Amino acid sequence: MKSDELDALAEARQRANTIPLADINVCDLELWRNDTKLAYFDRLRREDPVHLHPPEHHRNGAFWSVTRFNDIVAVDTDHETFSSEPAITLDDPMEDFELPMFIAMDPPRHDLQRKIVQPIVSPSNLSTLEPLIRRRIETTLDELPIGETFDWVDRVSVELTAQMLATLFDFPFEDRRKLTFWSDAATAEPDSGMWDVERFDEQFAAVMTDCLTYFTGLWNERVNTEPKGDLISMLAHGEATRHMDPQEYLGNLILLIVGGNDTTRNTMSGSVLALHQNPDQHAKLVAAPSLIPSMVSETIRWQTPLAYMRRTATRDVELGGKSIRKGDKVAMWYLSGNRDETVIEHPNSFIVDRPRARHHMAFGFGIHRCLGNRLAELQLKILWEEILNRFPEINVVGLERVPSAFVNGYKTMHVEIPRRL
Amino acid sequence: MVKITFIEHSGVEHHVEEKPGLSVMEIAVKHSIPGIDADCGGACACATCHVYVDPAWMERVGGCGNLEESMLGFADTVAPTSRLGCQIQLTGQLDGLVVRLPKAQH
Repeated sequence: MKSDELDALAEARQRANTIPLADINVCDLELWRNDTKLAYFDRLRREDPVHLHPPEHHRNGAFWSVTRFNDIVAVDTDHETFSSEPAITLDDPMEDFELPMFIAMDPPRHDLQRKIVQPIVSPSNLSTLEPLIRRRIETTLDELPIGETFDWVDRVSVELTAQMLATLFDFPFEDRRKLTFWSDAATAEPDSGMWDVERFDEQFAAVMTDCLTYFTGLWNERVNTEPKGDLISMLAHGEATRHMDPQEYLGNLILLIVGGNDTTRNTMSGSVLALHQNPDQHAKLVAAPSLIPSMVSETIRWQTPLAYMRRTATRDVELGGKSIRKGDKVAMWYLSGNRDETVIEHPNSFIVDRPRARHHMAFGFGIHRCLGNRLAELQLKILWEEILNRFPEINVVGLERVPSAFVNGYKTMHVEIPRRL
Repeated sequence: MVKITFIEHSGVEHHVEEKPGLSVMEIAVKHSIPGIDADCGGACACATCHVYVDPAWMERVGGCGNLEESMLGFADTVAPTSRLGCQIQLTGQLDGLVVRLPKAQH
Protein backbone atom coordinates (compact mmCIF):
# COMPACT_ATOMS: atom_id res chain seq x y z
CA MET A 1 0.00 0.00 0.00
CA LYS A 2 1.10 3.56 -0.70
CA SER A 3 1.74 5.84 2.26
CA ASP A 4 -1.26 8.11 1.60
CA GLU A 5 -3.49 5.02 1.49
CA LEU A 6 -2.00 3.82 4.76
CA ASP A 7 -2.64 7.24 6.32
CA ALA A 8 -6.28 7.09 5.21
CA LEU A 9 -6.61 3.59 6.63
CA ALA A 10 -5.10 4.60 9.98
CA GLU A 11 -7.45 7.55 10.18
CA ALA A 12 -10.47 5.40 9.31
CA ARG A 13 -9.54 2.82 11.97
CA GLN A 14 -9.12 5.57 14.52
CA ARG A 15 -12.55 6.95 13.66
CA ALA A 16 -14.14 3.48 13.53
CA ASN A 17 -12.80 2.70 16.99
CA THR A 18 -13.75 5.95 18.67
CA ILE A 19 -17.11 7.16 17.34
CA PRO A 20 -20.19 6.10 19.34
CA LEU A 21 -21.47 2.68 18.20
CA ALA A 22 -24.81 4.27 17.37
CA ASP A 23 -23.10 6.47 14.78
CA ILE A 24 -21.62 3.60 12.81
CA ASN A 25 -23.45 3.36 9.53
CA VAL A 26 -22.12 0.54 7.38
CA CYS A 27 -24.43 1.65 4.55
CA ASP A 28 -22.65 4.99 4.24
CA LEU A 29 -21.40 4.83 0.65
CA GLU A 30 -18.31 6.81 1.52
CA LEU A 31 -16.94 3.81 3.46
CA TRP A 32 -17.28 1.69 0.32
CA ARG A 33 -15.92 4.32 -2.01
CA ASN A 34 -12.74 4.77 0.04
CA ASP A 35 -12.55 1.14 1.22
CA THR A 36 -12.58 1.76 4.96
CA LYS A 37 -15.68 -0.36 5.73
CA LEU A 38 -13.73 -3.26 7.22
CA ALA A 39 -12.60 -1.18 10.20
CA TYR A 40 -16.24 -0.55 11.11
CA PHE A 41 -17.19 -4.19 10.72
CA ASP A 42 -14.25 -5.16 12.97
CA ARG A 43 -15.67 -2.92 15.68
CA LEU A 44 -19.22 -4.25 15.29
CA ARG A 45 -18.05 -7.89 15.41
CA ARG A 46 -16.10 -7.12 18.57
CA GLU A 47 -18.54 -4.91 20.46
CA ASP A 48 -22.04 -5.34 19.08
CA PRO A 49 -22.25 -8.26 16.66
CA VAL A 50 -26.03 -8.04 16.28
CA HIS A 51 -26.44 -4.31 15.89
CA LEU A 52 -29.57 -2.22 15.36
CA HIS A 53 -29.19 0.75 13.01
CA PRO A 54 -31.60 3.67 13.41
CA PRO A 55 -34.04 4.54 10.58
CA GLU A 56 -31.89 7.42 9.34
CA HIS A 57 -29.09 5.00 8.34
CA HIS A 58 -30.98 3.78 5.28
CA ARG A 59 -33.61 5.35 3.04
CA ASN A 60 -35.94 2.41 3.73
CA GLY A 61 -35.58 2.56 7.49
CA ALA A 62 -34.10 0.72 10.45
CA PHE A 63 -32.26 -2.58 10.08
CA TRP A 64 -30.07 -5.01 12.00
CA SER A 65 -26.47 -5.77 11.04
CA VAL A 66 -25.36 -9.34 11.79
CA THR A 67 -21.59 -9.46 11.48
CA ARG A 68 -20.22 -12.67 13.04
CA PHE A 69 -19.73 -15.79 10.93
CA ASN A 70 -21.72 -18.18 13.12
CA ASP A 71 -24.64 -15.78 13.68
CA ILE A 72 -24.88 -15.33 9.91
CA VAL A 73 -24.95 -19.11 9.40
CA ALA A 74 -27.75 -19.32 11.98
CA VAL A 75 -29.83 -16.71 10.14
CA ASP A 76 -29.10 -18.03 6.65
CA THR A 77 -30.06 -21.62 7.52
CA ASP A 78 -33.32 -20.71 9.27
CA HIS A 79 -35.39 -19.64 6.30
CA GLU A 80 -38.63 -20.11 8.20
CA THR A 81 -37.75 -17.44 10.78
CA PHE A 82 -35.77 -15.26 8.37
CA SER A 83 -37.72 -14.86 5.16
CA SER A 84 -36.26 -13.76 1.83
CA GLU A 85 -39.50 -11.98 0.99
CA PRO A 86 -40.16 -9.28 -0.03
CA ALA A 87 -36.54 -8.38 -0.91
CA ILE A 88 -32.96 -9.50 -0.36
CA THR A 89 -31.46 -6.01 -0.24
CA LEU A 90 -32.37 -3.29 2.23
CA ASP A 91 -34.36 -1.50 -0.48
CA ASP A 92 -38.03 -2.35 -0.37
CA PRO A 93 -39.68 -3.18 -3.69
CA MET A 94 -41.05 -0.20 -5.60
CA GLU A 95 -44.80 -0.05 -5.19
CA ASP A 96 -45.68 0.27 -8.84
CA PHE A 97 -42.71 -1.61 -10.28
CA GLU A 98 -42.19 -4.85 -8.39
CA LEU A 99 -39.65 -7.35 -9.67
CA PRO A 100 -40.45 -10.79 -8.26
CA MET A 101 -37.45 -13.16 -8.49
CA PHE A 102 -36.83 -16.52 -6.92
CA ILE A 103 -33.93 -15.36 -4.73
CA ALA A 104 -36.52 -13.16 -2.98
CA MET A 105 -39.08 -15.95 -2.54
CA ASP A 106 -39.52 -18.55 0.17
CA PRO A 107 -40.29 -22.25 -0.35
CA PRO A 108 -42.15 -23.76 -2.09
CA ARG A 109 -42.16 -21.19 -4.92
CA HIS A 110 -38.43 -20.55 -4.60
CA ASP A 111 -37.56 -24.23 -4.86
CA LEU A 112 -39.74 -24.84 -7.91
CA GLN A 113 -38.35 -21.93 -9.89
CA ARG A 114 -34.73 -22.47 -8.88
CA LYS A 115 -34.90 -26.08 -10.03
CA ILE A 116 -35.95 -24.95 -13.53
CA VAL A 117 -32.65 -23.13 -14.15
CA GLN A 118 -30.38 -25.31 -12.00
CA PRO A 119 -29.33 -27.61 -14.93
CA ILE A 120 -27.45 -24.70 -16.55
CA VAL A 121 -24.71 -25.18 -13.93
CA SER A 122 -24.80 -28.99 -13.62
CA PRO A 123 -21.37 -30.64 -13.55
CA SER A 124 -21.99 -32.11 -17.01
CA ASN A 125 -22.94 -28.73 -18.51
CA LEU A 126 -19.86 -27.15 -16.94
CA SER A 127 -17.67 -29.78 -18.60
CA THR A 128 -19.32 -28.92 -21.91
CA LEU A 129 -18.70 -25.20 -21.39
CA GLU A 130 -15.09 -25.51 -20.25
CA PRO A 131 -13.36 -25.55 -23.69
CA LEU A 132 -15.39 -22.54 -24.84
CA ILE A 133 -14.55 -20.59 -21.67
CA ARG A 134 -10.86 -21.37 -22.14
CA ARG A 135 -10.82 -20.33 -25.79
CA ARG A 136 -12.44 -17.00 -24.98
CA ILE A 137 -10.08 -16.32 -22.12
CA GLU A 138 -7.07 -17.11 -24.32
CA THR A 139 -8.32 -14.71 -27.01
CA THR A 140 -9.12 -11.94 -24.54
CA LEU A 141 -5.71 -12.21 -22.83
CA ASP A 142 -3.81 -12.41 -26.13
CA GLU A 143 -5.34 -9.10 -27.24
CA LEU A 144 -4.19 -7.17 -24.15
CA PRO A 145 -1.59 -4.47 -24.69
CA ILE A 146 1.90 -4.90 -23.22
CA GLY A 147 3.74 -2.03 -21.58
CA GLU A 148 0.81 0.37 -21.49
CA THR A 149 -1.92 1.12 -18.99
CA PHE A 150 -5.43 -0.19 -19.60
CA ASP A 151 -8.63 -0.83 -17.64
CA TRP A 152 -8.70 -4.49 -16.56
CA VAL A 153 -12.35 -4.19 -15.52
CA ASP A 154 -13.48 -3.22 -19.00
CA ARG A 155 -11.06 -5.24 -21.11
CA VAL A 156 -11.13 -8.49 -19.12
CA SER A 157 -13.59 -8.79 -16.24
CA VAL A 158 -16.61 -7.18 -17.90
CA GLU A 159 -15.80 -8.65 -21.29
CA LEU A 160 -15.48 -12.24 -20.07
CA THR A 161 -18.58 -12.15 -17.87
CA ALA A 162 -20.64 -10.51 -20.64
CA GLN A 163 -19.55 -13.24 -23.07
CA MET A 164 -20.41 -15.92 -20.54
CA LEU A 165 -23.86 -14.49 -19.86
CA ALA A 166 -24.58 -14.14 -23.57
CA THR A 167 -23.84 -17.83 -23.95
CA LEU A 168 -25.97 -18.89 -20.97
CA PHE A 169 -28.96 -16.89 -22.30
CA ASP A 170 -28.15 -17.63 -25.96
CA PHE A 171 -28.32 -13.85 -26.29
CA PRO A 172 -27.21 -12.03 -29.47
CA PHE A 173 -23.44 -11.91 -28.97
CA GLU A 174 -22.87 -8.46 -30.50
CA ASP A 175 -25.35 -6.96 -28.00
CA ARG A 176 -23.71 -8.55 -24.95
CA ARG A 177 -22.70 -5.26 -23.32
CA LYS A 178 -26.40 -4.52 -22.89
CA LEU A 179 -26.35 -7.29 -20.27
CA THR A 180 -23.58 -5.49 -18.40
CA PHE A 181 -25.51 -2.22 -18.58
CA TRP A 182 -28.72 -3.78 -17.26
CA SER A 183 -26.81 -5.50 -14.49
CA ASP A 184 -25.13 -2.26 -13.43
CA ALA A 185 -28.45 -0.42 -13.62
CA ALA A 186 -30.22 -3.03 -11.50
CA THR A 187 -27.79 -2.62 -8.59
CA ALA A 188 -26.77 1.05 -8.86
CA GLU A 189 -27.73 3.15 -5.84
CA PRO A 190 -29.95 6.18 -6.56
CA ASP A 191 -27.02 8.46 -5.62
CA SER A 192 -24.32 6.43 -7.38
CA GLY A 193 -23.98 8.90 -10.23
CA MET A 194 -25.83 6.67 -12.71
CA TRP A 195 -29.21 8.31 -12.06
CA ASP A 196 -30.88 11.63 -11.55
CA VAL A 197 -31.70 11.13 -7.86
CA GLU A 198 -34.99 13.04 -8.13
CA ARG A 199 -36.19 10.89 -11.01
CA PHE A 200 -34.70 7.58 -9.88
CA ASP A 201 -37.91 5.49 -9.86
CA GLU A 202 -38.93 6.66 -13.29
CA GLN A 203 -35.50 6.22 -14.87
CA PHE A 204 -34.99 2.83 -13.27
CA ALA A 205 -38.34 1.57 -14.55
CA ALA A 206 -37.58 2.86 -18.05
CA VAL A 207 -34.22 1.03 -18.28
CA MET A 208 -35.70 -2.16 -16.88
CA THR A 209 -38.59 -1.97 -19.32
CA ASP A 210 -36.11 -1.77 -22.21
CA CYS A 211 -34.51 -4.92 -20.86
CA LEU A 212 -37.89 -6.66 -20.67
CA THR A 213 -38.78 -5.64 -24.22
CA TYR A 214 -35.54 -7.06 -25.57
CA PHE A 215 -35.91 -10.32 -23.65
CA THR A 216 -39.59 -10.69 -24.58
CA GLY A 217 -38.47 -11.03 -28.19
CA LEU A 218 -36.14 -13.85 -27.18
CA TRP A 219 -38.86 -15.52 -25.08
CA ASN A 220 -41.29 -15.48 -28.02
CA GLU A 221 -38.67 -17.03 -30.24
CA ARG A 222 -37.78 -19.80 -27.72
CA VAL A 223 -41.29 -20.65 -26.55
CA ASN A 224 -42.24 -21.62 -30.09
CA THR A 225 -39.27 -23.90 -30.66
CA GLU A 226 -38.10 -27.13 -29.06
CA PRO A 227 -36.69 -26.77 -25.49
CA LYS A 228 -32.92 -26.32 -25.46
CA GLY A 229 -30.21 -25.72 -22.91
CA ASP A 230 -30.19 -21.92 -22.56
CA LEU A 231 -31.74 -20.04 -19.63
CA ILE A 232 -34.51 -18.36 -21.61
CA SER A 233 -35.63 -21.63 -23.16
CA MET A 234 -35.55 -23.23 -19.70
CA LEU A 235 -37.76 -20.47 -18.29
CA ALA A 236 -40.10 -20.44 -21.30
CA HIS A 237 -40.69 -24.19 -21.12
CA GLY A 238 -40.32 -24.85 -17.36
CA GLU A 239 -43.45 -25.96 -15.54
CA ALA A 240 -42.94 -23.48 -12.69
CA THR A 241 -41.89 -20.54 -14.87
CA ARG A 242 -43.72 -20.67 -18.21
CA HIS A 243 -46.77 -18.86 -16.83
CA MET A 244 -44.82 -16.02 -15.18
CA ASP A 245 -46.15 -12.55 -15.82
CA PRO A 246 -43.80 -10.07 -17.53
CA GLN A 247 -42.58 -8.45 -14.28
CA GLU A 248 -41.70 -11.84 -12.81
CA TYR A 249 -39.86 -12.79 -16.02
CA LEU A 250 -37.97 -9.51 -15.76
CA GLY A 251 -37.26 -10.03 -12.05
CA ASN A 252 -35.79 -13.47 -12.66
CA LEU A 253 -33.77 -12.19 -15.61
CA ILE A 254 -32.28 -9.46 -13.43
CA LEU A 255 -31.45 -12.06 -10.81
CA LEU A 256 -29.64 -14.25 -13.34
CA ILE A 257 -27.89 -11.30 -14.99
CA VAL A 258 -26.67 -9.77 -11.73
CA GLY A 259 -25.86 -13.20 -10.30
CA GLY A 260 -23.62 -14.01 -13.24
CA ASN A 261 -22.17 -10.59 -13.77
CA ASP A 262 -21.25 -8.45 -10.75
CA THR A 263 -20.03 -11.38 -8.72
CA THR A 264 -17.59 -13.05 -11.10
CA ARG A 265 -16.55 -9.75 -12.63
CA ASN A 266 -15.48 -8.23 -9.33
CA THR A 267 -13.78 -11.41 -8.19
CA MET A 268 -11.77 -11.46 -11.43
CA SER A 269 -10.65 -7.89 -10.78
CA GLY A 270 -10.16 -8.62 -7.08
CA SER A 271 -7.86 -11.54 -7.87
CA VAL A 272 -5.52 -9.25 -9.81
CA LEU A 273 -5.48 -6.73 -6.97
CA ALA A 274 -4.95 -9.33 -4.24
CA LEU A 275 -2.02 -10.92 -6.03
CA HIS A 276 -0.52 -7.53 -6.85
CA GLN A 277 -0.73 -6.47 -3.19
CA ASN A 278 0.73 -9.80 -2.00
CA PRO A 279 3.81 -10.53 -4.13
CA ASP A 280 4.88 -13.38 -1.83
CA GLN A 281 1.56 -15.12 -2.51
CA HIS A 282 1.91 -14.46 -6.23
CA ALA A 283 5.35 -16.08 -6.15
CA LYS A 284 3.90 -19.08 -4.33
CA LEU A 285 1.24 -19.44 -7.01
CA VAL A 286 3.72 -19.15 -9.86
CA ALA A 287 5.87 -21.84 -8.23
CA ALA A 288 2.88 -24.14 -7.72
CA PRO A 289 0.00 -23.54 -10.16
CA SER A 290 -1.80 -26.48 -8.56
CA LEU A 291 -2.73 -23.92 -5.89
CA ILE A 292 -5.02 -22.10 -8.34
CA PRO A 293 -8.31 -23.65 -7.07
CA SER A 294 -7.35 -22.78 -3.50
CA MET A 295 -6.33 -19.25 -4.54
CA VAL A 296 -9.70 -18.87 -6.28
CA SER A 297 -11.61 -19.76 -3.10
CA GLU A 298 -9.37 -17.46 -1.08
CA THR A 299 -10.04 -14.60 -3.50
CA ILE A 300 -13.79 -15.16 -3.33
CA ARG A 301 -13.56 -14.94 0.48
CA TRP A 302 -11.22 -11.95 0.43
CA GLN A 303 -13.35 -10.06 -2.09
CA THR A 304 -16.86 -11.22 -1.07
CA PRO A 305 -18.35 -9.54 -4.15
CA LEU A 306 -21.86 -9.39 -2.69
CA ALA A 307 -21.34 -7.87 0.73
CA TYR A 308 -24.65 -8.84 2.31
CA MET A 309 -28.06 -10.37 1.87
CA ARG A 310 -31.14 -9.20 3.72
CA ARG A 311 -33.75 -11.29 5.48
CA THR A 312 -36.98 -10.24 7.19
CA ALA A 313 -38.01 -11.78 10.53
CA THR A 314 -41.29 -13.70 10.37
CA ARG A 315 -41.59 -13.84 14.20
CA ASP A 316 -39.99 -12.35 17.29
CA VAL A 317 -36.66 -14.08 17.81
CA GLU A 318 -33.51 -13.81 19.97
CA LEU A 319 -30.19 -13.54 18.19
CA GLY A 320 -26.88 -12.90 19.96
CA GLY A 321 -28.76 -11.68 23.04
CA LYS A 322 -30.82 -9.17 21.06
CA SER A 323 -34.57 -9.26 20.51
CA ILE A 324 -35.40 -9.07 16.85
CA ARG A 325 -39.06 -8.30 16.25
CA LYS A 326 -41.34 -9.74 13.62
CA GLY A 327 -41.01 -7.63 10.47
CA ASP A 328 -37.49 -6.35 11.27
CA LYS A 329 -34.94 -6.24 8.47
CA VAL A 330 -31.74 -8.21 9.05
CA ALA A 331 -28.60 -7.70 6.94
CA MET A 332 -26.23 -10.69 7.00
CA TRP A 333 -22.86 -9.14 6.25
CA TYR A 334 -20.99 -11.96 4.48
CA LEU A 335 -18.10 -9.57 3.97
CA SER A 336 -17.73 -9.27 7.74
CA GLY A 337 -18.32 -12.96 8.48
CA ASN A 338 -15.49 -13.75 6.08
CA ARG A 339 -13.16 -11.63 8.26
CA ASP A 340 -14.29 -13.18 11.56
CA GLU A 341 -11.05 -14.10 13.37
CA THR A 342 -12.86 -16.57 15.66
CA VAL A 343 -13.64 -18.78 12.65
CA ILE A 344 -10.99 -17.92 10.05
CA GLU A 345 -7.35 -17.64 11.12
CA HIS A 346 -5.59 -14.44 10.04
CA PRO A 347 -8.72 -13.37 8.16
CA ASN A 348 -7.21 -10.16 6.85
CA SER A 349 -4.33 -11.96 5.18
CA PHE A 350 -4.59 -13.21 1.63
CA ILE A 351 -3.15 -16.74 1.70
CA VAL A 352 -3.23 -18.74 -1.54
CA ASP A 353 -2.61 -22.05 0.22
CA ARG A 354 -4.95 -21.42 3.15
CA PRO A 355 -6.04 -24.71 4.75
CA ARG A 356 -9.74 -25.32 4.03
CA ALA A 357 -10.01 -22.27 1.77
CA ARG A 358 -13.49 -23.35 0.67
CA HIS A 359 -14.81 -22.67 4.17
CA HIS A 360 -16.05 -19.13 3.50
CA MET A 361 -19.50 -17.57 3.30
CA ALA A 362 -19.31 -15.50 0.11
CA PHE A 363 -21.80 -17.86 -1.60
CA GLY A 364 -24.20 -17.71 1.33
CA PHE A 365 -25.49 -20.79 3.12
CA GLY A 366 -28.80 -22.62 3.12
CA ILE A 367 -31.39 -22.94 0.40
CA HIS A 368 -30.46 -19.66 -1.31
CA ARG A 369 -26.78 -20.56 -1.62
CA CYS A 370 -25.29 -19.26 -4.84
CA LEU A 371 -26.54 -21.25 -7.81
CA GLY A 372 -23.60 -20.44 -10.07
CA ASN A 373 -20.76 -20.94 -7.60
CA ARG A 374 -19.11 -23.78 -9.54
CA LEU A 375 -19.30 -21.87 -12.81
CA ALA A 376 -17.74 -18.83 -11.14
CA GLU A 377 -14.91 -20.96 -9.73
CA LEU A 378 -14.36 -22.57 -13.13
CA GLN A 379 -14.09 -19.19 -14.89
CA LEU A 380 -11.64 -17.89 -12.27
CA LYS A 381 -9.56 -21.07 -12.38
CA ILE A 382 -9.18 -21.01 -16.16
CA LEU A 383 -8.48 -17.28 -16.14
CA TRP A 384 -5.53 -17.79 -13.79
CA GLU A 385 -4.23 -20.88 -15.59
CA GLU A 386 -4.06 -18.79 -18.75
CA ILE A 387 -2.66 -15.68 -17.01
CA LEU A 388 0.18 -17.73 -15.53
CA ASN A 389 0.87 -19.13 -19.01
CA ARG A 390 1.36 -15.62 -20.36
CA PHE A 391 2.15 -12.85 -17.91
CA PRO A 392 4.86 -12.86 -15.23
CA GLU A 393 3.17 -9.91 -13.51
CA ILE A 394 0.18 -7.59 -13.67
CA ASN A 395 0.69 -4.30 -11.87
CA VAL A 396 -2.28 -2.35 -10.57
CA VAL A 397 -1.64 1.37 -10.97
CA GLY A 398 -5.00 2.76 -9.86
CA LEU A 399 -8.60 1.85 -9.20
CA GLU A 400 -12.03 3.23 -8.44
CA ARG A 401 -14.54 1.32 -6.36
CA VAL A 402 -18.26 0.87 -6.94
CA PRO A 403 -20.17 3.18 -4.54
CA SER A 404 -22.43 0.46 -3.15
CA ALA A 405 -22.79 -1.39 0.13
CA PHE A 406 -24.23 -4.38 -1.75
CA VAL A 407 -21.90 -4.88 -4.72
CA ASN A 408 -18.36 -4.84 -3.34
CA GLY A 409 -16.47 -4.18 -6.51
CA TYR A 410 -14.45 -2.05 -8.88
CA LYS A 411 -15.65 0.47 -11.41
CA THR A 412 -12.22 0.64 -13.00
CA MET A 413 -8.85 -0.97 -12.33
CA HIS A 414 -5.94 0.41 -14.29
CA VAL A 415 -3.15 -2.08 -14.75
CA GLU A 416 0.05 -2.50 -16.67
CA ILE A 417 1.48 -5.76 -17.92
CA PRO A 418 5.22 -5.09 -18.39
CA ARG A 419 5.98 -8.14 -20.56
CA ARG A 420 4.95 -11.58 -21.67
CA LEU A 421 6.62 -14.77 -20.56
CA MET B 1 -12.75 -47.79 16.67
CA VAL B 2 -15.35 -47.99 13.93
CA LYS B 3 -14.77 -48.70 10.26
CA ILE B 4 -16.11 -46.85 7.24
CA THR B 5 -15.50 -47.30 3.53
CA PHE B 6 -15.65 -44.39 1.07
CA ILE B 7 -15.90 -45.38 -2.61
CA GLU B 8 -14.99 -42.60 -5.03
CA HIS B 9 -16.99 -42.13 -8.23
CA SER B 10 -14.08 -43.74 -10.13
CA GLY B 11 -14.35 -46.85 -7.95
CA VAL B 12 -11.29 -46.18 -5.78
CA GLU B 13 -11.97 -47.39 -2.22
CA HIS B 14 -10.74 -45.81 1.02
CA HIS B 15 -10.99 -47.89 4.19
CA VAL B 16 -10.78 -45.77 7.31
CA GLU B 17 -10.94 -46.45 11.06
CA GLU B 18 -11.96 -43.73 13.47
CA LYS B 19 -13.14 -43.19 17.00
CA PRO B 20 -16.95 -43.17 17.14
CA GLY B 21 -18.64 -39.76 17.36
CA LEU B 22 -17.43 -37.95 14.25
CA SER B 23 -19.67 -37.32 11.27
CA VAL B 24 -19.07 -39.00 7.92
CA MET B 25 -18.08 -35.57 6.57
CA GLU B 26 -15.62 -34.92 9.42
CA ILE B 27 -13.97 -38.30 8.88
CA ALA B 28 -13.67 -37.64 5.14
CA VAL B 29 -12.06 -34.24 5.74
CA LYS B 30 -9.73 -35.59 8.44
CA HIS B 31 -8.51 -38.36 6.12
CA SER B 32 -8.43 -36.14 3.00
CA ILE B 33 -10.87 -38.30 1.05
CA PRO B 34 -11.15 -36.66 -2.40
CA GLY B 35 -14.68 -35.77 -3.48
CA ILE B 36 -15.99 -34.27 -0.23
CA ASP B 37 -15.73 -30.45 -0.18
CA ALA B 38 -17.60 -29.67 3.06
CA ASP B 39 -17.70 -25.93 2.35
CA CYS B 40 -19.94 -24.99 5.28
CA GLY B 41 -18.06 -27.07 7.84
CA GLY B 42 -21.01 -29.18 8.97
CA ALA B 43 -23.97 -26.80 9.30
CA CYS B 44 -26.16 -28.65 6.78
CA ALA B 45 -25.99 -25.48 4.77
CA CYS B 46 -24.17 -26.17 1.49
CA ALA B 47 -24.75 -29.75 0.24
CA THR B 48 -21.08 -30.28 -0.67
CA CYS B 49 -20.68 -33.45 1.41
CA HIS B 50 -23.27 -35.39 -0.59
CA VAL B 51 -22.86 -39.19 -0.31
CA TYR B 52 -24.85 -42.23 -1.41
CA VAL B 53 -25.39 -44.62 1.47
CA ASP B 54 -24.95 -48.27 0.49
CA PRO B 55 -28.51 -49.71 0.23
CA ALA B 56 -27.67 -52.42 2.79
CA TRP B 57 -27.08 -49.63 5.35
CA MET B 58 -29.99 -47.35 4.51
CA GLU B 59 -32.31 -48.61 7.19
CA ARG B 60 -29.77 -48.24 9.98
CA VAL B 61 -28.62 -44.81 8.79
CA GLY B 62 -32.15 -43.49 8.36
CA GLY B 63 -33.61 -40.67 6.27
CA CYS B 64 -32.96 -36.96 5.92
CA GLY B 65 -34.04 -34.14 8.20
CA ASN B 66 -36.08 -31.25 6.76
CA LEU B 67 -33.26 -28.81 6.07
CA GLU B 68 -31.09 -31.64 4.74
CA GLU B 69 -33.82 -32.62 2.30
CA SER B 70 -34.14 -29.01 1.12
CA MET B 71 -30.40 -28.71 0.63
CA LEU B 72 -30.17 -32.03 -1.22
CA GLY B 73 -32.99 -30.82 -3.46
CA PHE B 74 -30.48 -28.48 -5.11
CA ALA B 75 -27.62 -30.97 -5.41
CA ASP B 76 -26.87 -32.75 -8.66
CA THR B 77 -27.65 -36.46 -9.28
CA VAL B 78 -29.66 -37.03 -6.11
CA ALA B 79 -30.88 -40.58 -5.43
CA PRO B 80 -33.13 -42.13 -2.78
CA THR B 81 -29.96 -43.14 -0.91
CA SER B 82 -28.53 -39.60 -0.91
CA ARG B 83 -27.55 -38.04 2.42
CA LEU B 84 -25.32 -35.22 3.57
CA GLY B 85 -22.25 -36.65 5.26
CA CYS B 86 -22.29 -33.96 7.94
CA GLN B 87 -25.67 -35.20 9.15
CA ILE B 88 -24.62 -38.84 9.72
CA GLN B 89 -22.74 -39.50 12.94
CA LEU B 90 -20.61 -42.61 12.84
CA THR B 91 -21.50 -44.60 15.96
CA GLY B 92 -20.81 -48.23 16.91
CA GLN B 93 -24.13 -49.10 15.32
CA LEU B 94 -22.80 -48.03 11.95
CA ASP B 95 -19.49 -49.90 12.25
CA GLY B 96 -18.60 -51.01 8.70
CA LEU B 97 -20.68 -48.36 6.90
CA VAL B 98 -20.15 -48.03 3.15
CA VAL B 99 -20.81 -44.75 1.31
CA ARG B 100 -20.25 -43.84 -2.35
CA LEU B 101 -19.33 -40.38 -3.60
CA PRO B 102 -20.98 -38.51 -6.48
CA LYS B 103 -19.09 -37.44 -9.61
CA ALA B 104 -19.02 -33.85 -8.35
CA GLN B 105 -20.21 -31.83 -5.37
CA HIS B 106 -22.46 -28.97 -6.29
